[in-house]
Amino acid sequence: MEHIKKISYFFGAAVLMLLLSGCDIAVLQPVGYVSKEMRNLIVVSFVLMLLIVIPVMIAVVVFAFKYRASNKNAEYLPDWGGSHKLEFWMWIIPICMVSILAVLSATYIHKLEPSKVLPESVAGNEPILQIDAVALDWKWLFIYPQYGVATVNEIYAPAGRQVLIQMTAENSVNAFWVPKLGPVLYAMPQMNDKLHLISKEDGVYKGRSANYSGAGFAGMEFDWHSVSRGDFNAWVAKARQSRNRLDRAAYLNLAQASQGNPVAYYSGVEKDLYYRVVNRCVVSGTVCNEELMKIAAAKSLWGQLCSVFDPGVVAVK
Amino acid sequence: MGDPTAAPFEALGQVPIVLYTCLAIVVIAVLVVAGILLLGWWGSLWRNWITSVDHKRLGIMYVVLAVVMLVRGFADAIMMRTHQAMALGEGSGYLPPEHYDQIFTAHGVIMIFFMATPLLFGLFNFVIPLQIGARDVAFPFLNNLSFWLTFAGAILINISLGVGNFGRVGWLAYPPLSGLSGSPDTGVDYYIWSLQLSGVATTMGAINFLVTIFKMRAPGMTLMKMPIFCWSAVVSNALILMIYPVLMAAYIFLTLDRYLGFHFFTNDGAGNPMVWINYVWVFGHPEVYVLVLPAFGILSEVVPVFSSKRLFGYSAMIWALLVILVLSFLVWVHHFFTMGAGIAVNTFFSIMTMIISVPTGVKIFNWLFTMYKGRIRFEPPMLWCMGMIFTFVGGGLTGVMLSLASADWAFHNSAFLVAHFHHTIIGGVVFSYLAGFVFWFPKAFGFKLNRTLGIASFWCWFVGFYVAFFPLYVVGLKGATRRMQHFMDPAWQIYYIVMVVGVFIIALGILSLVLQLILAIIHGCKLKGNLPVGKADPWGDGRSLEWSVSSPPPPYNFATVPQVSTTDAYWQMKVEGKPIKTSGFQPVHMPSNTAAGFWIGIFALILGFALVWHIWWLVMLCFIGAVASFICYSFFGDHDGYYIPAAKVQEHEEAFARIEAKGRKA
Ligand code: HEM
Ligand SMILES: [Cu+2]
Ligand SMILES: [Cu+2]
Repeated sequence: MEHIKKISYFFGAAVLMLLLSGCDIAVLQPVGYVSKEMRNLIVVSFVLMLLIVIPVMIAVVVFAFKYRASNKNAEYLPDWGGSHKLEFWMWIIPICMVSILAVLSATYIHKLEPSKVLPESVAGNEPILQIDAVALDWKWLFIYPQYGVATVNEIYAPAGRQVLIQMTAENSVNAFWVPKLGPVLYAMPQMNDKLHLISKEDGVYKGRSANYSGAGFAGMEFDWHSVSRGDFNAWVAKARQSRNRLDRAAYLNLAQASQGNPVAYYSGVEKDLYYRVVNRCVVSGTVCNEELMKIAAAKSLWGQLCSVFDPGVVAVK
Repeated sequence: MGDPTAAPFEALGQVPIVLYTCLAIVVIAVLVVAGILLLGWWGSLWRNWITSVDHKRLGIMYVVLAVVMLVRGFADAIMMRTHQAMALGEGSGYLPPEHYDQIFTAHGVIMIFFMATPLLFGLFNFVIPLQIGARDVAFPFLNNLSFWLTFAGAILINISLGVGNFGRVGWLAYPPLSGLSGSPDTGVDYYIWSLQLSGVATTMGAINFLVTIFKMRAPGMTLMKMPIFCWSAVVSNALILMIYPVLMAAYIFLTLDRYLGFHFFTNDGAGNPMVWINYVWVFGHPEVYVLVLPAFGILSEVVPVFSSKRLFGYSAMIWALLVILVLSFLVWVHHFFTMGAGIAVNTFFSIMTMIISVPTGVKIFNWLFTMYKGRIRFEPPMLWCMGMIFTFVGGGLTGVMLSLASADWAFHNSAFLVAHFHHTIIGGVVFSYLAGFVFWFPKAFGFKLNRTLGIASFWCWFVGFYVAFFPLYVVGLKGATRRMQHFMDPAWQIYYIVMVVGVFIIALGILSLVLQLILAIIHGCKLKGNLPVGKADPWGDGRSLEWSVSSPPPPYNFATVPQVSTTDAYWQMKVEGKPIKTSGFQPVHMPSNTAAGFWIGIFALILGFALVWHIWWLVMLCFIGAVASFICYSFFGDHDGYYIPAAKVQEHEEAFARIEAKGRKA
């Protein structure tokens, strides 16, 4: 008896905890424009789907109860195996629901496409802050080309200013994810993906890799500090104080596999470093992918067809 | 780069859990083999099972393999869940990344390829020939070979527990992580070769069942009079035939990368890892339909029986299946909406994915209206079915949410996704297969599994599932990604503890299932393995042909091939009150047993092992051995078969008729 009591207390406490700690759900408590739109979509689609799912769940239980074998009063139609009217509704109701959701989905995909610049009504016309992100084994390198600084495992960005994150990876496929700000986007080797985000509030938001990339994957976390313009400038000034320079040799050194890297700053980033990472020509003497493609295209039609490859690295604006 | 084959026994020496598990497995295996030899069962095991080409026996062997692999896969799940509940914040759990990462990979691979797929083929094997009124499958030897290749794959993947490592790459092994640069040891090679074996076996199985269903139906059974389970098998096997070759080709490319320095998926030499992601998901998405459509088929058989009523909307079911067959090839990109493919691509695949949910939803309504105005009996198979309907619509809900690409950007690779696919795979696939398992068990053995334990098993799985997976949705929304060996935020611990509780409730469900089987085995032992002829229709209200023959069915299934005129063939026979025929039989021609499948399987197993460890002379030897066995069987094997004399048939059918008559009087 004592045990049962203890167990039920434990369960009661656990359920309460679950409900109470429900107030920190990153995806449902967004702080950015994109993530807020995504949250709206999630909530709307959930509610729409409930309109179908709840009745079905209720129907299973009610039919099971009502038409149980021992209830001889219930109607029994052993040979009834079809009804055009019912079958019509069976197809039409899901089709209607899916049509609504399809329109919704298409609208949002269009509106939130990560590579698109955010509308001026949302982000104003302040110049976009550009960050070039590289997923390394197992840490993040963030290069700020407009400021000539770079960091490991830390992002600072002014609240209210649009941020463009270009991303790639050195080895395995990773994904960039700040749940409170916006979508997951793959950071892939040889590729360049673009993500536009904006944070509306000051705060520190957790970010991490969202695609398994090997032994140190669990530790690939970073903080996104959304701060005032003054604090941002102060932070840039601090980063510029760093004696570390990020040239190609330093990059290759950093790219060695390691775990639990502390936040680090670099002042002075070699021009074109990010371009070279994407095109896999950091090591001196290697030919960049883009160049290889051009050579291949010039050689033959086959080469031309196969080299529609354009990672599309955005240079500093 | 170091030698990939160095240090094969490292894990045994360094990780005590691995050592003890391996010791335990070896001890149990030795005991089992010794027991079989001492009791003098070897001869009968060899004659009646290992070399058997009887589809019913092969079906049972597949199911046994699946149950063992379920326990293995579930043990992995317990380890992951208990580890994660301890590995938050300051806690570090008890599994280092090198080990944890192998476990989730092995769990995923084993559950999909060596638990669900064998269970599926077990049911196909046992049920399909009986349902279409055939005496066996089209290619009985191929069937035996498929089983032994699957078996070889399952053993190979389990050898990786002790000798070397398994891959640490996730169940679809994205390169470059799974290439030589990301995974220099032999873990990924175990992955590749065990799945190649299972892939060959599954593809051959699909050919076998397609031919069987198209060519061997009883006279009168047109396609539109075939039971829905067989229809679902047609679609499922057609999918297998189209997708497994894609996966196997991708594995061949990866093999070339890893063994011969090719550059299909490498980062250098103009390789392109993204192509792999497309290959595996062109396979991977239809694969979920391979598993789930037969689950729908099972429900369409079980629900009418326990509602004592015809299936609602038979032809709508078939159309829904065919629509899914086509559409399932047009949705694979929903597994990487986060790749940045652009508006057009994402919109197309998002909408296609939603459209495919329509035929799926229609099926749910079909079962509901089958229950409607029926007489529902709460036997274990029906409980599983109702649990499936109730749970699967929930999984469908989150599935549709995932199909909205812009919403998926918040769910991709998170715990939310893991919760979703377990929701559909446990609620949809496992519940249905278990329904089929308890439903057809009395057909296979002539007696039912223990009912109380069956009900307990259902409720434990059902409740356990919700406790184990609902908190996962919440942590997913909080920002937990999948495949995490450690979490920074200690506040999530309470969720993980609740999930562990859920997993142990499921464990009780699995335990009840195993107990049911143990009771059944004890029952069988008491009878010294001579199961008496049981009555045809142990559940009452059976509708399709498998219920028209004795339980267990005689080796030849049908003494005279039945004549079919409606969809529910056996129901029709009962309505017409057709008596069981007891005289005028012809001798029945049967295919002979053969050991060739077994030997080819053994050679394939050693071949796989030798390939993993680069032992080239053994590779040659086993390859020659396998091919030689095959050629020997083709040229010198016994292809004439044998006849079961008419008198023997008559004896069985008379005993069966007596049982039936007694049943009717009682
Ligand atoms: C019976 C209860 C089960 C439990 C408790 C369980 C638990 C888990 C856990 C903890 C993970 C790792 C999730 C993560 O990466 O964070 C996982 C992954 C997975 N499970 Fe299960 N599972 C169960 C049954 C199944 C079944 C029946 C199947 C398939 C038939 C299945 C297929 C998978 C797959 C494919 C993965 C992904 C592996 C990967 O990340 O590569 N599971 N499961
Ligand atoms: Cu890509
Ligand atoms: Cu899919």
